[in-house]
Amino acid sequence: MEMKATNLTKRYAHKKALDDLTLTLNGEKIIGLLGKNGAGKTTLMRMLAGHFPATDGRLTINDKAPFDHFPVTKDICLIMESHNFHEKFKVKDVLNISAKFHPNWDMDYAKYLRKSFRLEEKQKVKTLSKGMYSALGIIVGLASLSPITIFDEPYIGLDASFRSMFYDLLLESYQHNPRLIILSTHLIDEVSKLFEEVVILHDGKLMLHEKADDLADKHILLSGNKEEIDQFAASKNIIHESSMLGQKTIVLYDEEVSDTGDLSVSKASLQELFVYLTKEEVNGYVPSSEA
Amino acid sequence: MTERLKEDQPIFQQIAELIETNIIENELKANDRIPSTNEFAKHYQINPATAAKGINLLVDQHIIFKKRGVGMFVTEEAKQIVLKKRKDQFYDQYVKPMLQEAERIELKEEQLSTWIKEAFQNGNESNKLN
Repeated sequence: MEMKATNLTKRYAHKKALDDLTLTLNGEKIIGLLGKNGAGKTTLMRMLAGHFPATDGRLTINDKAPFDHFPVTKDICLIMESHNFHEKFKVKDVLNISAKFHPNWDMDYAKYLRKSFRLEEKQKVKTLSKGMYSALGIIVGLASLSPITIFDEPYIGLDASFRSMFYDLLLESYQHNPRLIILSTHLIDEVSKLFEEVVILHDGKLMLHEKADDLADKHILLSGNKEEIDQFAASKNIIHESSMLGQKTIVLYDEEVSDTGDLSVSKASLQELFVYLTKEEVNGYVPSSEA
Repeated sequence: MTERLKEDQPIFQQIAELIETNIIENELKANDRIPSTNEFAKHYQINPATAAKGINLLVDQHIIFKKRGVGMFVTEEAKQIVLKKRKDQFYDQYVKPMLQEAERIELKEEQLSTWIKEAFQNGNESNKLN
């Protein structure tokens, strides 16, 4: 499967959610889609699922536009944070209906997942806790076996133990049915190890799209004596720096370095990269009584 | 192979080093099958492609070889290759930081040499007991 956005723009009344985005995702991979709140992640995912058309530019899946086009969207399963299922349905109904929308649906697998998350067939969606509602979404997404399976923050309210089970199940599902899985999350530290590729959106634009394993080589964290660091990094692309007691730590973006001498070099974590790339500076608030 | 992964090093590198350590400790011997990428992925909750990248580093260095459709195995010369590599890295990885710290805390060279000699003697004795 290949999804291709070309100069894709989506404008809502007051703002651009996606702004001239060009991005291609393909193959059978688990891809992390990251961005701050309002960066455009959910808009992109809902457009992939055919929920609404582009304002400008093109979005295609295997060269066909997904908007309002079931032959394309039948291959896509999008699980959102909420509003996935009608409140009055029972868990059983949700699974039966999902089976009709997803041609690859595996009911035995859905039942196995339902038991793993300890959901009862007869429970009504309305009575599910936030965590168990999220679990139902995860079950549908995994059992859909859709060639493009998209999870948008799929685990609101799910505790650490069930989240860890979700990661196990996701890897297992991917192993048995390799497909394009797009996972959007704010819990970056927890899931970054699952990604083969990472996409970061910022203000509706593409900020980064890389193989997860390459991140470690290209973006690094250096620390050491302040003068040595300053000398070394004089003309380099620094996205973060902080000093304390004559020691300095910097994060370099897209720089390959050698001859680091006594400086200590380590990999910047995905979470660190994400924060330093997208964070707004805090200028320091001074209460008026102190001004 | 149950060591936990560290945050500050690339995961594929840690997977490669883990296998190497098992080889020099004789946990994995020549022609032994190593776990598959999916087994690594499951155990460490990592992407299978990351595990594959780590293993491929070792394939490139003739430490591991692939048998199509069967699995991945330790080569005859694996242990020698890993030992040589680790010895080449030893000075930079262990001796240099030790000397830096020694200088920082004003430890004398004689003191260090004495400790190393003693440690070797003690180590040899405990090896004999084994």
